[in-house]
Amino acid sequence: MNPFLDYLLTSIPLGMTFLFGCTGEILTEKAGHLNLGIPGIMAMGGATGCLALKFLHNTSCPPALIAIISILAAFAGGIAMGAIYSFLTVTLKANQNVTGLAMTTFGVGTTKFIMSGMATDAMQYLYALDYFRFPFAESTNALKYCGIMVYLAIIIALTASFVLTKTRVGLHLRAVGENPATADAVGINVSLYKYTATCIGSGIAALGGLFYIMDYSGSYEAYKRIEELGWLAVALVIFTLWRPHLSIIGSVLFGMLYIAGSRIPTLLGIKLDISATPLLQMLPYAVTIIVLIVTSVRKKRENQPPASLGLPYFREER
Amino acid sequence: MRNRDKQAHEPPFHVVKRDGVPLWKSMTIRVLAVVFGLLLCSILAVFLIDANPVEFITTLFDGAFGSARRLWKFGKDASVLLCIALAITPAFRMRFWNIGAEGQTLIGALASVAVAYYLGDSIPNGALLPLMLLASVAAGAVWGGLPAVFKAKWETNETLFTLMMNYAASGLVAYFLLLWTPSGSSVLGALSVGHLPIVIHEYFLLIAAVLVLTVLIYIYLQYTKQGYEISVVGESENTARYIGIGVSRVIIRTMLVSGAVCGIAGFLIVSALDHSVTTTTVGGMGFTAIMVSWLAKFNPLVMIGTSAFITFLQQGSAQITTNFNIDSAFPDMVVGIVLFFIIGCEFFINYKLAFRKTSKKGGRAK
Repeated sequence: MNPFLDYLLTSIPLGMTFLFGCTGEILTEKAGHLNLGIPGIMAMGGATGCLALKFLHNTSCPPALIAIISILAAFAGGIAMGAIYSFLTVTLKANQNVTGLAMTTFGVGTTKFIMSGMATDAMQYLYALDYFRFPFAESTNALKYCGIMVYLAIIIALTASFVLTKTRVGLHLRAVGENPATADAVGINVSLYKYTATCIGSGIAALGGLFYIMDYSGSYEAYKRIEELGWLAVALVIFTLWRPHLSIIGSVLFGMLYIAGSRIPTLLGIKLDISATPLLQMLPYAVTIIVLIVTSVRKKRENQPPASLGLPYFREER
Repeated sequence: MRNRDKQAHEPPFHVVKRDGVPLWKSMTIRVLAVVFGLLLCSILAVFLIDANPVEFITTLFDGAFGSARRLWKFGKDASVLLCIALAITPAFRMRFWNIGAEGQTLIGALASVAVAYYLGDSIPNGALLPLMLLASVAAGAVWGGLPAVFKAKWETNETLFTLMMNYAASGLVAYFLLLWTPSGSSVLGALSVGHLPIVIHEYFLLIAAVLVLTVLIYIYLQYTKQGYEISVVGESENTARYIGIGVSRVIIRTMLVSGAVCGIAGFLIVSALDHSVTTTTVGGMGFTAIMVSWLAKFNPLVMIGTSAFITFLQQGSAQITTNFNIDSAFPDMVVGIVLFFIIGCEFFINYKLAFRKTSKKGGRAK
């Protein structure tokens, strides 16, 4: 295969890890909550999904059903984490940054605890690619790296984009994120919107963890890299200016940047010194910084974060 | 239908902001939160690792304070954490969400190692150590200052900028490690030069240095003009502008200080503890330090207590992992759970629930 095409085709599934996290975080941020717990939530999703897989892999359950149950388990794990986060930040009005960081500590720690508990017999069932790589992966060469979760990621992103921009629920949600007091005054249930958006957002993000461990890398060790990927997903939100449909392209771009270190030298047919690899691996971070700077310098109104992002809402406070 | 409507509008209680809470009351709430958190952890321990709750708690204390060696280790870990927490405190007082302490410390450590690596053979230890310190401080200040310049000029989001700088720092460390280890192993052995002298105990000088730094930062924030400017900018940028404080200047200056102190932490890690550097030298302490600083309400003296508390949890539950032969991630779970409780309890310090006395009174909060 053409090396560039192969590069692109590998980047697409990797990018979906970011896309799940990014779509989830966009929903949360649109409700006015900066959830820095996304890395921990993604890791937890991976862990709960793998747990489901562990219990199912030896049963007579059909493979497609196993995949679906694992996906649901990851989603549920994310929702549970999102519920903790929203209880602390919405009901108890806690500081969002601190809560999010604690979520990440807790989520990554718990994931490591769960995953290392499975280490002994991991080899038997963690190469679960077969479960997720359907329906087109075997028949079409171009889609050989893509499984059900890749399509799911794109569908979720498009749905989120549609809901946010074209429906009343989306309008209400954006109102809550921009100015909760005004939203409250017109009768929108602010807490309900915040809870729902945060929980569903966390559930979506959690799928990214499962996808990365089970589908993209198919290796038990992969959970160790989720935290780093999670932070990139958070950065991707700003990169794509809070627009889920743009984040589909953005996430593939991030995927390409993320593996640029190993791909670009071969693509260009040059042989770089091995010490240059870490520098190439800094690319996604450098690009994110540049995008941060460029968007802040241009300061277009439609490219700004939700106005009340990060602020707790207390009805009796003016 | 009308009846149901009415009931929905009259919840049994509503939330009221408290004006000021006496210290004993807020401390009681916090202690209770910690107790409940630990209780939940010990219940979890029963299910996960078959430890009974009493055993859980005693092991926790034994692991942190059980022997002279553990006490010293406790002091060491708490000091490093405290040092990084001190570094981010000026920034946080200014409401500048610097979550890049990890990278600022790492780049400081890298600078120290670089100086020792290149100059170690040619100059004596007495001259080398100040040079290492200088390099670390400069590197940390650059790493912290860069996001601040953009924040001050264009309000670039500092949270993500500083976060990305963490990965840039760890990339640079990986690069230099490959450069310095021709075999490609990326493992740089302990340097033979640039060690802090040992006084009384291996860790004594480190702990003393951090305590001195604590007092200095406290004085800087509490009693100097610059410290006052930081507080004003943190409270309200408009007020600061109105009374003639150059907000951009304060932001940049404070982040230079913040990064520089992170650099000092990096220097201390290299010269007193590791004598080397890896991409995981800081090991997440940059994030834990945020908790330490926040728990102490950004007061450097209180941070001695909070850093000791977090270290106690980590080291104590690390002992549980060895005693019960479970995964080393257990401390993170314990710290996470206890933190949830402490974060949540702030609500009961800042707000109170006002219960409705009679159902007839319709003083609706809407």
